[in-house]
Amino acid sequence: MKPFTAFESAMAVLPADNVDTDQIIPARFLKTTTKEGLGLQLFHDWRYRDDGSPRTDFPLNQPAAQGAEVLVAGDNFGCGSSREHAPWALTDAGYRAVVSTSFADIFYGNSLKNALLPIKVSPEVHARILAAGSGARVKVDLEAQTLTLADGSSARFPVDAFPKRCMLLGVDELGYLLQFEGEIAAFEAAHPAPFDTRAAV
Amino acid sequence: MTARTLYDKIWDAHVVAQRPDEPVLLAVDLQLIHEVTSPQAFEGLRQRGLKVRRPDRTIATIDHSIPTTDRSRPIADPIAARQVAQLQTNCAEFGVPIFGPGSGHQGVVHVFSPEFGLTQPGMTLVCGDSHTATHGAFGVLAFGIGTSQVEMVLATQCLLQQPSRNFRVNVTGRLAPGVTAKDIILALIAKIGVGGGTGCVIEYAGEAIRSLSMEARMTISNMSIEAGARAGLIAPDETTFAYLKGRPFAPKGAAWDAAVARWRTWVSDPDAVFDKEVTLDGSALEPMITFGTNPAQGIAITGTVPEPRALAAGVERDSLVKALKYMGMRAGQAILGHPIDVVFVGSCTNGRIEDLRAAAGVLRGRKVDPRVRTLVVPGSEVVKRQAEAEGLDQVFLAAGAQWREPGCSMCLAMNGDMLQPGETCVATSNRNFEGRQGPGGRTLLASPVTAAASAIAGAVADPRSFA
Repeated sequence: MKPFTAFESAMAVLPADNVDTDQIIPARFLKTTTKEGLGLQLFHDWRYRDDGSPRTDFPLNQPAAQGAEVLVAGDNFGCGSSREHAPWALTDAGYRAVVSTSFADIFYGNSLKNALLPIKVSPEVHARILAAGSGARVKVDLEAQTLTLADGSSARFPVDAFPKRCMLLGVDELGYLLQFEGEIAAFEAAHPAPFDTRAAV
Repeated sequence: MTARTLYDKIWDAHVVAQRPDEPVLLAVDLQLIHEVTSPQAFEGLRQRGLKVRRPDRTIATIDHSIPTTDRSRPIADPIAARQVAQLQTNCAEFGVPIFGPGSGHQGVVHVFSPEFGLTQPGMTLVCGDSHTATHGAFGVLAFGIGTSQVEMVLATQCLLQQPSRNFRVNVTGRLAPGVTAKDIILALIAKIGVGGGTGCVIEYAGEAIRSLSMEARMTISNMSIEAGARAGLIAPDETTFAYLKGRPFAPKGAAWDAAVARWRTWVSDPDAVFDKEVTLDGSALEPMITFGTNPAQGIAITGTVPEPRALAAGVERDSLVKALKYMGMRAGQAILGHPIDVVFVGSCTNGRIEDLRAAAGVLRGRKVDPRVRTLVVPGSEVVKRQAEAEGLDQVFLAAGAQWREPGCSMCLAMNGDMLQPGETCVATSNRNFEGRQGPGGRTLLASPVTAAASAIAGAVADPRSFA
C-alpha cells in the first residue's frame, strides 16, 4: 500500500441511505480470484441498463460526478455482507474516500485496510455537503483528520490512532501482527486446541 | 471482580497481547473458509512466503458459487469452476482440510460447522462471511471478516480488534403457534433498524430464546448482522449441550463431562451491565414478512405496507418510496394476497433440518400453486441425507417443489439460481436488498412455514391458515 496523503478532489454525491454491499458490487461478480478490475462493476445494477448502456438518471453517471475521488452517500453506508470486494471496487473506480453520517462496521474496517478512507461527519455537515452537490471540491487530510469544503469550512472526523498510522505510513496490519510471534506462541502453548480439523479427512 | 457479560468473558479469555493505544490481538479458535472470500487471502500468503499457521484450526467447504443441480456434471460456469478449483488447490497447497461436494459434509459454511460439532461454547470463530454470527447461538464469539483479515488469521491465528459495546435483547414469553425464530429476528430488526446494532455485540436472552431449539437460535443469531451488529450471542444451556453431544468433533467420554462443566461458565454474570437493552414481547408476535429492500422493512403478515406520506420529507421517505416502487408494492396495501412467482426455502438462516421439517409440515398432502417455482435447498449434505431419511424430499416433490443439492443458492444468486427481473420471491434467507436474488428480483423475507404457505396460495399467505 502507498502512504495515504492529503488530497483535493471533486465529490460524487449518491443521496441514498443504507447503501448495501450488494449494490456496491453484486454477488454475481464475486467469482473473481483477484482484487483488480472490479471498478467496472461498481454499482452495476444501478449504473447500467439491461442492455449495458449507462443509466443517465443514476447520480454517479452524471457529468459533474466524473473523476471524483470522494464519494458522498447517506447513512449506514456499506451494510450487508463482509465482501472486501466492496472497497476493492470503489478504489478500482478511483475513489479514495467515502463520506457518510455512519458506516456499517465490517465495511468500515475493510475500507481502512484498502486505502479507502471512511469519513464520518455529523448530519449538519452532511447536509451542507449534499447541498454543495456533485462536482464541488473538497480537501481530505487524514493527518489532521479534516474534511474541508469549497467554502473553506472544515469538519473534523474520527479515526482510530492505529489504522490512521497504518494508512499514513502505507503499511498493512499483517506486517504488524507478525511482530507478535513470541506472544502468539506463548498463548498457543497455554491454550491447546479442542480438536484437529484435519482429523476427519 | 467486576460483573462481566458473556461477550466480555470470551473476549478476556482470548486476549493474546495489546500495546497501549493499539487494538487487541484476539486469538481465533477456528476459521471457516469458502471459495468466494479466500482466494486473494491465500494469494497474499504466497506473495509474502507465509504458511497457514494453524491448519488444525482451519476448515473449508464450498457453498456460494456451486450449482445446486446434478453434481455428477462439471460446473458449467467457467468462472465459478475456476474459483472452486482455486480453493481446492489452495487447501491442498496449504494443508487445510476441505469438504467438497460428495464428501458427505459439504454445505453452507454456517450449517456445516455446527453439525460437525466444531462450533463449541466459549470459542472465537471467524469466517469471510457476514453471517458468521450464526455460531453465536452456541455462545461463540463469531465475526464475519473481510479477506484481508482472512489472510491475517491464516497467517497468525489472530485478529486485531477493538472492543464492541454490549447490547442485550430480551425476548419474553412464549411464541404463539405459527410464529418462529425468523419472526423474532425480523420483528427485532424492524424495531431497531438495520443500523440498530452497529458497534455492538447482541446477546439474546429471555424465555422465548431459552425455549428455542439450536436450529432456531441459529436463525436468530445469523441475522444479527442485518441489524448491523458485530456478532450475536446466546448463552449455552442444556439445549446446546444436547445438540453437541455425539457430533463428530464434540468431546467424548470424560472429556465431554469436563467440557460441559467448562461450557456452563459461558454466561453473563447476573449483575453484568449492558450498554443498551431492548425488550420484545415474544408472546405478542405474529408471523413477519418484509415488504421493502432492507431487512428492517418488515411488518406482521396481517399488516399493511407503510405510507411514505406518514414520514417527514427527507432521505428516509425517499428511500421508502424508492423501495415500494422497486418492489411493486402500493402504500397501504395488505401484504396478504400479494402475488408471488417464486419460493426459496434454504440458506444459512433457514436451511437446517428443522426448517425443512417445518416447511414439509405445511406442504404435506398439498400442492404448490403451479405458477410458483418452489426451490427447496438443504443447507448441507448432512441435512439432505437426514431429510431424505425422513421422507421430506418426497413431500416436497409430491407438492410440486424442486429438491436440490446443498449450497447458498438463491440467497445471493451467485450460482445461477436466480430470479428473473420483476419476479417476486418469498425467501427464507436473510437479505432483501435490490437484486440480491438476481437483477430486478424482488425478495420478501419470511419463515419456512410462511414461505411454504405462500407457495401453496400463489401469494403471500398466513401460515396459521395452513396449520
